[in-house]
Amino acid sequence: MYVTVKGGEKAIDAAHAWMAEERRGDPAVPEIGVAQIAEQLGRAVDRVMGEGSLYDRDLAALALKQSQGDAIEAAFLLRAYRTTLPRFAHTTPIDTASMRAERRVSAIFKDLPGGQILGPTYDYTHRLLDFALAAGGPVPAAPMAEPDTAPLPRVPDILGHEGLLEADADADATLDAVPGDLTREPLMFPAGRDIRLQALARGDEGFLLALGYSTQRGYGGSHPFAGEIRMGEVSLEIEPAELGFAIDIGDIVVTECQMVNQFKGSKTVPAQFTRGYGLVFGHAERKAMAMALVDRAMRAEELGEECTAPAQNVEFVLYHSDNIEATGFVEHLKLPHYVDFQSELQNVRRMRSELREAAE
Amino acid sequence: MTDKSPTDAPNAARKRWMAVLARAGANAIAARLEGIGEIPAFVRLRGPEIGLAMARGRTGGGGAPFNLGEVAVTRCTVRAEGGPIGHAYVTGRDARHAELAAQVDALMQDASRAAELERSVIAPLEAAETVRRATIAAKAEATKVRFFAMRNMRT
Repeated sequence: MYVTVKGGEKAIDAAHAWMAEERRGDPAVPEIGVAQIAEQLGRAVDRVMGEGSLYDRDLAALALKQSQGDAIEAAFLLRAYRTTLPRFAHTTPIDTASMRAERRVSAIFKDLPGGQILGPTYDYTHRLLDFALAAGGPVPAAPMAEPDTAPLPRVPDILGHEGLLEADADADATLDAVPGDLTREPLMFPAGRDIRLQALARGDEGFLLALGYSTQRGYGGSHPFAGEIRMGEVSLEIEPAELGFAIDIGDIVVTECQMVNQFKGSKTVPAQFTRGYGLVFGHAERKAMAMALVDRAMRAEELGEECTAPAQNVEFVLYHSDNIEATGFVEHLKLPHYVDFQSELQNVRRMRSELREAAE
Repeated sequence: MTDKSPTDAPNAARKRWMAVLARAGANAIAARLEGIGEIPAFVRLRGPEIGLAMARGRTGGGGAPFNLGEVAVTRCTVRAEGGPIGHAYVTGRDARHAELAAQVDALMQDASRAAELERSVIAPLEAAETVRRATIAAKAEATKVRFFAMRNMRT
C-alpha cells in the first residue's frame, strides 16, 4: 500500500524543470526536430507505435523526443493519448497478400514465386561502426530496377495445397466476425488466439524476443523455420455507416512473419507443418519473428503437446507481455510506501524482541 | 470486398477518388484546387475531428480477424452550398487534409464539376501516388536476389 502525502510540490516542479533542461541538452547543439526523429529514427518510431498500439508516426516521434528516447515511456505516452480519442471504426482485416512489399524473404523456398526481395535491411552488414555517418553528408540514391508485376503469393498458400502445412485457422470465419479487444475488455482465460495475437502485437519486444529465443533453446521447442517474412504498405479500409460502403483511408506499414514448425502428427491428424504468426506495426522484423515463435509455442495445448515451458504458458506470457503494465507495477515501488514499511518494521522489531526475551 | 453488383458501380467511382484524396497530402490537394475556378462555400457538418480506427489483421494471414492496433484517423463532413454532402476519413491527424478531401468529395458529386476536377485534381494526385509506389517497387526489385550460380549449375 502507498498513501498520498502532501508537500513536495516545489521539489517536483524543480525536478521537472531540470528534466526539461536536461532533455534539451547543451543549447549549443541544435535541437532535434520531431520530423527528424520520424524520418531518421524510423525503427525506434516503429517500436513505439507497436508497443503503444497506436499507428501515428508523428505522435510516436514526439513521444520519443519527450521521453529522451525511452521507448517504453514513449509507448506509455501513446497509450495515454489514445484514451482521449473516440473510436470511429474498425478496418476490414488487412490483406497482407496484396501488400506492396518492400521486403519479402523465405528461408524455406529459395525460388518462391515473386522471388526473394531483401529490401532495406541490416542483414549482411558487418556490424562495423560507420564513422562516415558521424560526419554526415549526402547519401547516394538506392538503385532501381524495372519492377516485376507478378503477385507475391503467401508461403502458406504455396505449401498449403498439398496439405503439408496446416491451413489458416478459421479461414472460413466471416471477416465480419468480431474479435476480442483488450482495449475494451479485461484479459480473461482461456484466451482465444485473437486475444493472444492482439496482446503479442502490442507486447514488449524484449520480452517476446527472450521467450522466442527460449523456445529455440529447448524450452518448448518446435523447430521453427522462417517460412516467410514480408514488410511493406497495406491499404486500410473502413466502412462508415453514413456511406454504407467500404472506403480506403490510406496505408500503414506492417511486418508479417509466417513461422513454419515441425509437428509429428497424432492419431487423428497426419504429420504436417504447423504455423506461428506474427504481425506488427511498422518495420519490426525481430518483433514479428519473436511474436510468431511465441504464438506457436502458446498453441501447445491445442496441438496436444506437453506444456512445460514458460513460452507455452498462455497466462504467464499474456500477463507479462505488456510493458506498460509491467513498468507500472515495477516502478510503482518508487512511490511512498511509508505506512506499509512502518508496519513491517514494527513486525520485525516485535519478532526480534520476542526472540530476545525467549533467550533471556 | 470487390462487389461487382451493378448497384455498386456508382460507388466504385466515388471509392476511387476518396482513396486518392485519402493518400494525397493537404498541400497537394490545395495546390491542385488552386487551378480550379470559383468553388462554392462549404458548411462544416461534422469535424474535422481526430479519432481512431482499430486495424484488424487475420490469424495466420488468412484466418479469423484479430485486433492489431489502432490507427489515428481524421474525419470531416461538409456540404457544398446548395449541393451534395462530402465525406472524408483519412489516416493521420491533419484536419486540413480531411476537410479538403471532404470538400473535393462533395464537389466530385456535382456532375457539372466532376470532369474538370477529375482532370485537374484527382488524376494528377493519382498519378503522383502511382509514381511513389512505382519508385518503391523499383527499389525493391533492385534488391531481388538472383541465384545465378545455382541456376548455372542446374542448366
